Amino acid sequence: MNNRAWLFLLPMLIIMSLSAFIPLMTVVNYSLHYIFSGSMPQYVGLANYLEVMRDSSFQNALGRQLIFSTMVLVVQIPLGIMIALALPKKGTGATISLVLLGIPLLIPYIVVGIVWRLFTQSDIGVVPKVLALFGYAYNVALDPIDAPLTIFLLDVWHWTPLVVLLCYAGLQSIPDAFYQAAQIDGASTWKTFRYVTLPKLRPVLILAVLLRFMDSFKIYSEPLLLTGGGPGSSTTYLSLFVARKAESYELGYAGAVSVIYLFVVVTFSFIFFQIMKNLGKGEHSR
Amino acid sequence: MASIELKDFYHTYDARMGKGETSSFCIENLNIKWGDGKAIALLGPSGCGKTTLLNAISGLIHPKGGSILFNGQDVTALSTKERHVAQVFQFPVVYDSMDVYGNLAFPLKNDRVPRNEIDRRVKEIAGILEIEDLLELPAGNLIPADKQKVSLGRGIIRPDTAAVLLDEPLTVIDPKLQWTLRRKLKQVQRQLGITMVYVTHDQHEALTFADIVTIMSNDGKIAQTGTPEEIHNDPYTPFVGYFIGSPGMNIMECSITSTGFDFDDFAIPIPVGLNEQTLSAGDNYQFGIRPEFVQASMESRDGWLPFTIEIVEDTGAYKITTLKAGKHKIKARIPEEMPVVENNPLWVHFPDKHIKLFQGNKRVF
Amino acid sequence: MKKRHIALIIYFIILFIPIYWMVNTSFKTDGEILREFSLYPKTITFDNYMEIFTSEVWRNSFMNSIIYVFLNVIITLLAAIPGAYAFSRWRFRGSHHLFFWLLTNRMAPAAIFIIPFTELYYTLHLFDTHLAVALAHCLFNIPLAVWILEGFMSGIPKEIDETAFVDGYSFPKFFRKIFFPLVAPGIGVTAFFCFTFSWVELIIAKALTITDAKPVVVTLTVGIGAEGVKWGLLAAAGVLTIIPGAIVVYFVRNYMAKGFALGRV
Repeated sequence: MNNRAWLFLLPMLIIMSLSAFIPLMTVVNYSLHYIFSGSMPQYVGLANYLEVMRDSSFQNALGRQLIFSTMVLVVQIPLGIMIALALPKKGTGATISLVLLGIPLLIPYIVVGIVWRLFTQSDIGVVPKVLALFGYAYNVALDPIDAPLTIFLLDVWHWTPLVVLLCYAGLQSIPDAFYQAAQIDGASTWKTFRYVTLPKLRPVLILAVLLRFMDSFKIYSEPLLLTGGGPGSSTTYLSLFVARKAESYELGYAGAVSVIYLFVVVTFSFIFFQIMKNLGKGEHSR
Repeated sequence: MASIELKDFYHTYDARMGKGETSSFCIENLNIKWGDGKAIALLGPSGCGKTTLLNAISGLIHPKGGSILFNGQDVTALSTKERHVAQVFQFPVVYDSMDVYGNLAFPLKNDRVPRNEIDRRVKEIAGILEIEDLLELPAGNLIPADKQKVSLGRGIIRPDTAAVLLDEPLTVIDPKLQWTLRRKLKQVQRQLGITMVYVTHDQHEALTFADIVTIMSNDGKIAQTGTPEEIHNDPYTPFVGYFIGSPGMNIMECSITSTGFDFDDFAIPIPVGLNEQTLSAGDNYQFGIRPEFVQASMESRDGWLPFTIEIVEDTGAYKITTLKAGKHKIKARIPEEMPVVENNPLWVHFPDKHIKLFQGNKRVF
Repeated sequence: MKKRHIALIIYFIILFIPIYWMVNTSFKTDGEILREFSLYPKTITFDNYMEIFTSEVWRNSFMNSIIYVFLNVIITLLAAIPGAYAFSRWRFRGSHHLFFWLLTNRMAPAAIFIIPFTELYYTLHLFDTHLAVALAHCLFNIPLAVWILEGFMSGIPKEIDETAFVDGYSFPKFFRKIFFPLVAPGIGVTAFFCFTFSWVELIIAKALTITDAKPVVVTLTVGIGAEGVKWGLLAAAGVLTIIPGAIVVYFVRNYMAKGFALGRV
């Protein structure tokens, strides 16, 4: 039985070793060396890690990333639940809504960037023109508040539909009997949400939180296109930070940042998962 | 506690029949009156509208016509909560995020009952249901039978509960525990003198649980209401006769002539006691007899009818035979020791006192 | 009831304003885009679209995208279906750890993987081929595919397998005749998610291609940031990249949400 299982897993393992394991090991290998083009890499142990940890530009990028990821969860998850609750349960309206919600998810990242560039760029965009009417001088490329705010709103725009779809699927799978029972038990709308809807959505919400958290770390092409990571480094999130280092061939440094990145995401994801798995299960009433 | 009455009840609805298909159902001109404090079973084949009727009584759906009365008072316009009914669903419904205590206390908390009163009541109900040990456990981790008890407990915890409605509550329960839970339901019903309406498609469940059984037919009509004995012995329609009993009543088309019942392939005399004046000669009669009342003999007897044995099913305690004569097929329950063999002849007799006669879906004798 | 619908409609309007703006731009001449501010094109022009249809670079890059996306979907499914079957049917030593390891790959930073990817595919002589991009995208798609498929397959009772073997089906025959039709909706959903990801991805596709396999998402990046960007042209190309996705989403609309809901967490 054991052997058969591994036989079935073989194709997957071969491809994953090519596209995941070998590259990851290469990155780990980088992180342990000083690498300069034209000379042999030199083994330096954890020196790169120490350098990264001491580097204030890394600390800032990580801090910026954590704030961004937290805001993503705080805004997108509740918003997603609310929209999912408002969607029609069945019929043509439901079908149309689902198709519309799916569209932003299917736009290539680069096109998402183009859409928002056209939308917000100071000479051709609609946003600066409209805000100017209210006397606000909006500039996504130059204003250190407008830039991160726009990137964040872009992310909300782009990814909240995914949260909605997940929550909608979760809502659909709650049997009517649970709502009927709550009605019979005289529960208010809020109590029905709190004790029926929310607990039943738990598996889906775990998924939504984890997916959004992991993927929020990957934000890269949007700031690249919209703000170029600036002004200053106000929109240089972790992926963009690490890519810049890799592009300038600081491979050892970039490798160390990547390993730290992965460690942070896996650790936080695991913590979220553990917390949410047991949250509010059979709370004691006395 | 309340009596329940439906007057000229009318409702139509679309039922989902699996993937994408829907089909319309209709319940029309339905009238029922159930007494206070009774254990009532609402029995009918799947998809006949039982659950719809139940949901209308609890107020989860609003009928398109007619009225619903509790203790003679019209509650049609009242909300579920105002009717003070409880409902137990097919799949056990508990609040996963609370423990058992919280589940039981939930309806009372919603009614803003004082804390010590809630505590007293929860313990009392837990005692009746024998779930005191489970009070501290998360409700989501219970086995289905215990979840169903909690669900029932939430129903009866309000002192003013008018009725408890149960919608096939044993479907997902382990067969070994079904019997225990049903007995518990019956015990709670007796002890609290509460009106309970138990919806099921299983006649065995219905007949063992209820004081009164109401049978619904496929077309959403009430076929008969009565005690289990009445339902079994005196079916009003061929449907009830066939639906109740295992196997159900034998129904054969026949016509009445001056000499007796004519089945085309055979005939029997009109039983003594059947007033010929109430019957007019003619077609379209249905002759009914329960398998357990069919008498059988291995040898030819005077006036008995020859049938061919098609199938013999041995249950251990008795045998069920399927018999054939011409176009007619009947079932007969015969003693275990009778050495019947398939394809051999068997002579049968229908005792007069067990013969039922229907015409146009109504009992005429 | 009413309020809820109004809120929903407002949400959908906000959702589509940016997209509308791109569509709007794609029908404008470059002159109008830069000089005027108009909520709809004053003079509708199809020049931007015509330029794309007639340019070999654009046509090829659209084809390249489609080729590697389909390659990726096929490779992912071929690898993930047996893998998911193994996870759903057998509890072998280390299965939980392996499953978790698989999922962590979804968290991997694409931005740093590009350099090892480039080195690896150079060594394998696959650099700048469709296969390279398709294989690299498996890094994210195989974990997702195994996850979704495992959820679907666990929903199919093991007794079905056993009954089929008792009835004398060989494994391949059982898989083709019985199991495959049962998980077909799951495979459809998986294929949709793989398609989506591979279609929208930029970083890896950009790093692994130069000319021969250059996808449309990379062609789009050319010229952005430089002076004299042809915004109308970019907008038109952007609109065209949405169309395949929109068609696919229409076909799988009923399964889309289900796919994630059934995956195990």
